[in-house]
Amino acid sequence: MLAGLLVLLFLAGMVFSTTRTALPIFREAGLSFFTSTDWQPTAGHYGALAFIYGTVVTSAIALVVGVPLSLGVALFLTEISPRRIRGPLTYLVDLLAMVPSVVYGLWGILFLLPHFLQPVAVFLNRYLGFIPFFRGPVSGLSYFGAGIVLAVMIIPIVSSLSREVFSAVPVEDRHAAYALGATRWEMIRGAVLSRGRAGVVGAVMLGMGRAFGETIAVALLIGSRPEVSVSFLQPGYSMAAVIANTFQEANGSGIAALVAIGVVLFVITIIVNMVARALVWRFVR
Amino acid sequence: MVAAGSAVADDVLLKRPAADLLGARPLPPGLHPPSSLGDPRMPEVEPQEVERPGRSEQEIVFSLANLGVTYGKSLALTGVTMDIYKHQITAIIGPSGCGKSTLIRCLNRMNDLIPGAAVTGSAFYHGEDLYGPRVDPVVVRRHIGMVFQRPNPFPKSIYDNVAFGPRINGFKGDLDELVERCLRQAALWDEVKNSLRKSALALSGGQQQRLCIARAIAVEPDVILMDEPASALDPISTTKIEDLMQELKEHYSIVIVTHNMQQAARMSDKTAFLYTEVDQGTSERWGILVEYDATGVMFTKPCDKRTEDYISGRFG
Repeated sequence: MLAGLLVLLFLAGMVFSTTRTALPIFREAGLSFFTSTDWQPTAGHYGALAFIYGTVVTSAIALVVGVPLSLGVALFLTEISPRRIRGPLTYLVDLLAMVPSVVYGLWGILFLLPHFLQPVAVFLNRYLGFIPFFRGPVSGLSYFGAGIVLAVMIIPIVSSLSREVFSAVPVEDRHAAYALGATRWEMIRGAVLSRGRAGVVGAVMLGMGRAFGETIAVALLIGSRPEVSVSFLQPGYSMAAVIANTFQEANGSGIAALVAIGVVLFVITIIVNMVARALVWRFVR
Repeated sequence: MVAAGSAVADDVLLKRPAADLLGARPLPPGLHPPSSLGDPRMPEVEPQEVERPGRSEQEIVFSLANLGVTYGKSLALTGVTMDIYKHQITAIIGPSGCGKSTLIRCLNRMNDLIPGAAVTGSAFYHGEDLYGPRVDPVVVRRHIGMVFQRPNPFPKSIYDNVAFGPRINGFKGDLDELVERCLRQAALWDEVKNSLRKSALALSGGQQQRLCIARAIAVEPDVILMDEPASALDPISTTKIEDLMQELKEHYSIVIVTHNMQQAARMSDKTAFLYTEVDQGTSERWGILVEYDATGVMFTKPCDKRTEDYISGRFG
């Protein structure tokens, strides 16, 4: 009870102090905070669009790539894998969630980038370059690179939550589908996925929350260029990354501007997480 | 019959009249409840489904010989030999844990879904071995539907629940018409016709169970297995389900598990009594078939002392 109150107080204090610091920036920049890419806090230009854009794009890439894989892993673990290997595999997937994000970032930049991301980016550009998203020139450090590593990072959390959701689908539902002559895949589609839909949406949103807030791995891989580019193969910047990278050198209004970005990120993440928790809770309960 | 997935197994399981294989004897006419075809709620059905009782009931649907089930190392059921006839209601009664559900689940291979379950003996369906090497359990279940103890509609709309089976079977006709016909056959249409798009979970327990019956008949099965379909329902809903079964047996063969003896006596044509045997040494328990006969005989002059005791309520 006391601890709970303390947490609440802590949160309120955090919201209050950050908002107070950031308020002058919001007042000065107005809507241009969300619409301009001109980011020069020392000169009084507070356009954070490039960072918001980068966060959204990398998270979107992470979800598009990561969610199907996660659902595949979860379905494999609950529906297909033999009982004997189910336990160890589940543990292994959960273990992936515990790897520190800086390790993911380093692994991404030292191994994944030269051996996987760069060749794939070149391939995408060569064959799908007519789509604006894959237009050249190809940069290794890019939205794409950061998005893929984020995808790997959200797979454990999304798959482990979806696995719980799927295994909570009552056996009666499964038998009902089988008794109508469903094959295993038809049973999964008809009974497991339809019963688990809300829970899966929640799991995906929790993964999205993680992708939004992820700092180090993205800071290492996104390329740190405060611009908006349509092509995923170009470098960009993200909200969390710019805070981490430039806070040391910032002062005065620069700090306040970074805090303002933090507030926006905080609000987005809180909303996403609250909706996600509500969905998961409603289901697993 | 709706087009099914595996051509090979479908072939194996083609419906085939089996009356000539075994000279089944006709039942005394007194055992039949009055025909309910005159009911205005009953929809039009294809002519070949309206086979008159009296001729078709001599056909054997299932022929079980020394059927048994083990779960892992423990025996659950053994030595069941019985024939189940077409367009009849066959009731399976007995105390809890005597293997009633286990037996009924053998008939559409639902026991396959339970890890460690193994079936011994033989079960023939229209002369085909249900457990033959080339038989696909998915195809078996498309011919032999099942209704469960607890109503278990999918968390979808009423319409989508009924349409689920036809959809996965690649039904090409008029789905709206089929859904309406099945809901009418399950005596649910009048209650839900204005809320077909609402969630099935909003229905009452009795309505949900009738929806599950509608869902089962939507794949146009040959047999409907019912595992204590009314045990979770109130008396009024139970009566509705029982009335419904009398109508359904005009078109389908029904096997029902029940622990309610009055229910079995009221509505079944034949009754099988299962009982638990206990090994005095290991105190392991398993089910056996004690007696199987026309319901009238079973409830008036059973041959076996255990049947008599159970029916008269001396134990159970």
